[in-house]
Amino acid sequence: MTTLQLKNIVKRYKSQTVLDDLTLDVADGERLVLFGPSGAGKTVLLRLVAGVIEPDEGRVLIGGEDMTDVDAEHRGVGMAFQNFALFPHMSAFDNIASPLTATRSSKEKIAAGVQKVAKLLKIDHVLTHHPKALSNGQKQRTALARALVGSPPLLLLDDPLRNVDAKLRFEMRLELPRLLAAQGATVVYVTQDYKEAMALGDRIAVMAAGRIRQVGTPQEIYNAPADIEIARLFGDPTINLLDVVPQRSGEGVFVELSNVRVRLADYDADVAGKECVLGLRPEAISFADAVAPGAIPVTVEAETPLNEKTVTLALTARGREILVSRPAGTPGPVAGPAHIAVNGTQAFLFDKTSGALLPRADLAAKRSGEAA
Amino acid sequence: METMSPLERVLRGLALTLVVVFFMFPIFWIFLMSFQTNETILAIPPSIVFSPTLSNYAALITGKLQTAAGTLDIAFMRNLGNSIFLSVASVAVALVLGVPAAYAFARHKFKGSEDIAFTLLSFRFAPPLLVLLPLTQYFQWLGLSNTYFGLIWVYQLICLPLILWIVRGYFEDISADVEYAYRIAGHSWFATFRKIALPLAGPGIAAAGLLAFIFAWNNFVFALVLASADKQPVTVGALAFVTSSGIQYGQIAAAIVLSVTPTLALALYAQRYLVEGLSLGAVKG
Repeated sequence: MTTLQLKNIVKRYKSQTVLDDLTLDVADGERLVLFGPSGAGKTVLLRLVAGVIEPDEGRVLIGGEDMTDVDAEHRGVGMAFQNFALFPHMSAFDNIASPLTATRSSKEKIAAGVQKVAKLLKIDHVLTHHPKALSNGQKQRTALARALVGSPPLLLLDDPLRNVDAKLRFEMRLELPRLLAAQGATVVYVTQDYKEAMALGDRIAVMAAGRIRQVGTPQEIYNAPADIEIARLFGDPTINLLDVVPQRSGEGVFVELSNVRVRLADYDADVAGKECVLGLRPEAISFADAVAPGAIPVTVEAETPLNEKTVTLALTARGREILVSRPAGTPGPVAGPAHIAVNGTQAFLFDKTSGALLPRADLAAKRSGEAA
Repeated sequence: METMSPLERVLRGLALTLVVVFFMFPIFWIFLMSFQTNETILAIPPSIVFSPTLSNYAALITGKLQTAAGTLDIAFMRNLGNSIFLSVASVAVALVLGVPAAYAFARHKFKGSEDIAFTLLSFRFAPPLLVLLPLTQYFQWLGLSNTYFGLIWVYQLICLPLILWIVRGYFEDISADVEYAYRIAGHSWFATFRKIALPLAGPGIAAAGLLAFIFAWNNFVFALVLASADKQPVTVGALAFVTSSGIQYGQIAAAIVLSVTPTLALALYAQRYLVEGLSLGAVKG
C-alpha cells in the first residue's frame, strides 16, 4: 500500500495542453476511479504515473517519494492496458511472469506466483497459449494477472473492461472489487463507464479537457454533480434537463412546468429570476393520478424495459421530452395521456451560463434533520 | 475464389504462366548454356538438344581457362569467396549499426532525427559514379583502397540506409504499449529492446538483411574501382571471361549459375519470413 500524489501536472503535445495544472491525491489503499469522456486525458495521466510519459511540469510522488524523474522499471507499479498490450511472441505464462523475471526470482517462485494469480483469475488452463489463441476475455484476464502478479503497492488499471463484451464486463465488475481488495494495493482505475466508476471507486475523480472537475465518493457525485456535464455523464437513463426560471412565492422557490408549480424546497430565494437549468433524474419523476396535487399532464410515447427498471419517454404539453424511470413490475401507463409528479427535493438547479450546480440552502443541516 | 468463372480461371492461369515464363526463361536458358561449349551456344539456329558437358564448371573450379590462344588463369572461385565474405560482412556490420539506429529513429523523436535519417537515406539517391572519384582519392590517402575493410565500409552506403529504413518501419509497427508494459514490469530499456522489440521485428530484420545482402552481392562499380584482382567479387571477376580470343559464353553461364545460387537459395529459404514480416502489422496485442 502506498499513496500517490500528483502536483500541478502539465502535459502538452505540440501546442495542445492535454493535462492542465492537475493536482490529485490518492490515499493509502484507496481505490480511485478516474472517470471522464475520451480525450479527457485519463490515459495520459495514468501513463505519467507509470513513468512511460514525462510531465512537462509538476511532480509525481509515490509513497511520498518524488518519482518524477525515475524510470518506469524502478517505480514498482503494476499496470493493465486498455488494449491488453500482451507480448504476442510469449505464452500467457511468460506474459504473466514478466514482472517476476525482472526481479530475478527463482524458477519455482515464478511458477508458483504465476499459478496462484492465474487460478485467482481462472486462466490457469490456458497458460501455455499464446495471446493469439486466447479469447478476448482470457486476454483481458492475462493482462490483469500480469499487473497483479508482482503484488505492486500501486496498481494502475486503464479501462481494462473496455474491450470485452457486455456479459464479461458485468462478471468482472462483480469480481474486480474482491480481487483488488485482496491485493490491498492502492488502485487508480480509468473508465468511461459511470456504472463501473460507481461500482469500483472509493472515490471518483471526474476529468474533462485535462482538468479534474470534481472529486468525491460515488454518492456525492451522483447526488451533487458539480455541473451539468457531470450530471449528464452520471446516470442511466440520462438526467432530464429543462430550461427554467425559478420564481418566488410565500412558500419558497418554485418552477413552473407546464403551468404546474413544482416547489424546490432545497433552494434559497436568491435563485429566483435567474436563467437556470433544472436537472431531474428519471427516478425523481413518477406517474400520478390526474387529480393529485402537482400532477403534470404528459403524453406517453414509448416504454423501454431495462431489466430492473422500466423507462418511459413522455412528452409534456409544450413538447419537451421527459424520461421517467420506475422499478420494473410496477404498473404504469403504456401509451396516451398520463400525469406525472415531480419530487422537488431531488431536483438540481444549474446556472444556465456557467453550467455550475447552484448551492442548495443548508443542505447538510437539512439532511441531518431528516436522519434524526 | 469461389466466384471465379471458368473463363476467368483460364485467363488467370494463362497470365500466371506468361509471367513465370517471362521471368524464369532467362535463368533456364543460362542454366542450359552452362552445360554447352561455346560452339553449340553460338550455333544457328540454337537448339535445346545437345550433349551436355561439365567443362565450363571444371574450368571455373580449377581456375584454368582453355581458349584458342592458350590457357588463362582465372580467379573465379576466389571471386566467389570474396563475394560471400564481402556481402556477409557488410550485412552483418549494417545490421549491428542499423538495427539499433532504426529503433532509436522509430521510438525517439529528437531534434534533427528526421534530418539525420533522411541524410542516411540520401546515400541511396546519389549515383555511385558521382562519389567514386573522391572516394578513390580518400581511400588512397587513408590506405583503405584494395582492403576488405575499405570495401565493407563503402558497402555500408548500400546496406545501411536500406536496413535502417525498412527496419524502422517494422519497429514503428510494434505497439508502444507492448514495450511500455515490459518496462513497467520492471525491465530496463535495453532488455525491452532485446526481448520485445527485436523478436517482434525479427521477420522485418530478416527481410531487410536479405535485401541488403542481394544489393551488396550485385554491386559492381565500387568493387571495380576500389579493389584489385584478389579482392574482387564475382560481379567484377566475370569481366575476365571477355578474353582476347573471344567471349567465353559457356563459362560466363556457368559462373552466373554459381553466383546466382547463393542469393537464390537464401531468397527461397527466407521467403516465409518475408511473408510473415509483411503481415506483422496484423498481429497486434
